[in-house]
Amino acid sequence: MLEFWNDTNNPVHPASAPDFLPAPQLKAVQLHRLHVTVQRAYERVPHFKARMDERSTKPADIRTLEDVQRLPFTVKTDLRDTYPFGLFASPLQDIVRLHASSGTTGKPIVVAYTQADIDVWSSVMVRSFAACGLRRGDIIQNAYGYGLFTGGLGAHYGAEALGATVIPISGGNSDRQIMIMKDFGSTAICCTPSYFLHLIEQAQVMGIDMKSLPLKAGIFGAEPWTEAMRKRIEAESGLKAYDIYGLSEIIGPGVGIECACQAGLHIFEDHFLPEIINPETGKVLPDGEEGELVLTTLSKQAMPMIRYRTRDITLIIPESCACGRTIRRIRRINARSDDMMIIRGVNVFPSQIEVALLSVEGTLPHYQIILTREKNLDQIEVQVEVTREIMSDQVKRLESVRQKISHAIESTIGIRARVTLVEPNTIQRSQGKAKRVTDNRRMT
Amino acid sequence: MKIQQLSLFLENKPGHLSAICRTLASHQINISTLSLADTQQFGILRMIVREWDKARKVLEEKGFVVNLTEVVATEVEDQPGGMARVLEIIEKSATNIEYMYAFTFRKGNRAILVFRFDNPDAAIKTLTANGINVLDPVELYARETDTRA
Repeated sequence: MLEFWNDTNNPVHPASAPDFLPAPQLKAVQLHRLHVTVQRAYERVPHFKARMDERSTKPADIRTLEDVQRLPFTVKTDLRDTYPFGLFASPLQDIVRLHASSGTTGKPIVVAYTQADIDVWSSVMVRSFAACGLRRGDIIQNAYGYGLFTGGLGAHYGAEALGATVIPISGGNSDRQIMIMKDFGSTAICCTPSYFLHLIEQAQVMGIDMKSLPLKAGIFGAEPWTEAMRKRIEAESGLKAYDIYGLSEIIGPGVGIECACQAGLHIFEDHFLPEIINPETGKVLPDGEEGELVLTTLSKQAMPMIRYRTRDITLIIPESCACGRTIRRIRRINARSDDMMIIRGVNVFPSQIEVALLSVEGTLPHYQIILTREKNLDQIEVQVEVTREIMSDQVKRLESVRQKISHAIESTIGIRARVTLVEPNTIQRSQGKAKRVTDNRRMT
Repeated sequence: MKIQQLSLFLENKPGHLSAICRTLASHQINISTLSLADTQQFGILRMIVREWDKARKVLEEKGFVVNLTEVVATEVEDQPGGMARVLEIIEKSATNIEYMYAFTFRKGNRAILVFRFDNPDAAIKTLTANGINVLDPVELYARETDTRA
């Protein structure tokens, strides 16, 4: 570690200091913050109090970090059931920001931030950018979507707090992205990895070689990707591609990030306590064993989250990282323990498609979802069997049903789906749990 | 006066039309005529079949969804202007044609025009009042039998 600090080629950003806390100190910080968080959740959020009372667990029972296992899990449906503000631990006058992401059915899940929460969020994003070698003076093109989605504003505030120059371009309009990247001399870009692959191709079409641009780092997240994609991105664009992890329920982007070693994502453990559990039994697994990532927030005020089941499958890497950071790493995430799909960075559940179909009479129950990637952009196709109710002798009637379905889906998930009507009895019937989703996206 | 037409949904894929035809053939059901409407995505097969009830039953048993629609069949001279005359009458009556198709039987010099109207009863009234022969099922299928004899 000392060598690292003395290596002038790899100066550590001052904001990154907590990444290097010796383990005993880190644990002390975590335990203190866990106490505060559990006390706050118990006192201020009826849902958490009820769940803890059911298990006869009191905040005072949390004496060590391992005691976190005595606390109940929180799942996505808890957020839905308490929609919109039921899990808030701060009064609205202390809440300065709301974000929302898709829930498992029609209603979104809502998350809240006090000013202190925004500051913590910015600080973990600063540490994320710093871990990728970005500094004051860098020009960060933020192509995550701005709005209710946490990606855009999370990266924005962090980049500003770092002292970098932010280009708040948001997502979409690829030609303009490339023009600005070239004309403004962006040194880093934030977006989904698949969108960046799309930008690489678009740049080629426009006759621009990305390798000749000042771009040096890409902060890619909001969807699963692979080492093969990283190799391709790096070879074709000349930048270093870093994987960033986060989820709205916990804070947004900035829960974890890769360092220069690009060998797993460091979790900012002083703010987020990670556990890996067996998704079937809920039993906590030791480092190195694969399971579902569970996170407890350690400093969130407005919406503390106790043992939130992320449904992301990973493992905690037991070895320490060559970068010298003491905060542990998780392996890149490429599987989930539920049926959530991530389409162009947006979380979509098959149940949301079902809710949309329910609003168009005669379209259920036989449908399937097919995901493809065309020109590096995710496409979602929803195939719906023609039933007696919707069958007509007239083309315009069937076309109108198709458009109704398409509209219902778009207004539910915010993404346009290609709706295909198919012949009756052509969608495979399954014994037991229906297989609704076919993912043909090749992650290369 | 109205004729039953069977409509089936077809994906634009090879072999899909022949599966329907094979089903009917295996039950010795003859198709008097058919018309195919197609879009980029799918097609609708519309058929006039004498044994429409049996045809519907065997197709549904095979898992097809069959839509039953009442259409109007008229008979015109199979010569220039034959169809134009009928269309003129319909036009004047302000009745809307959703779609139509035409066919002839092998004998005789008459053609059959099949219309799908938004309001078939009003259309039939107008057509008969103007001297156009609107065929009922018995008349229509009698012509089919005549030509076979």
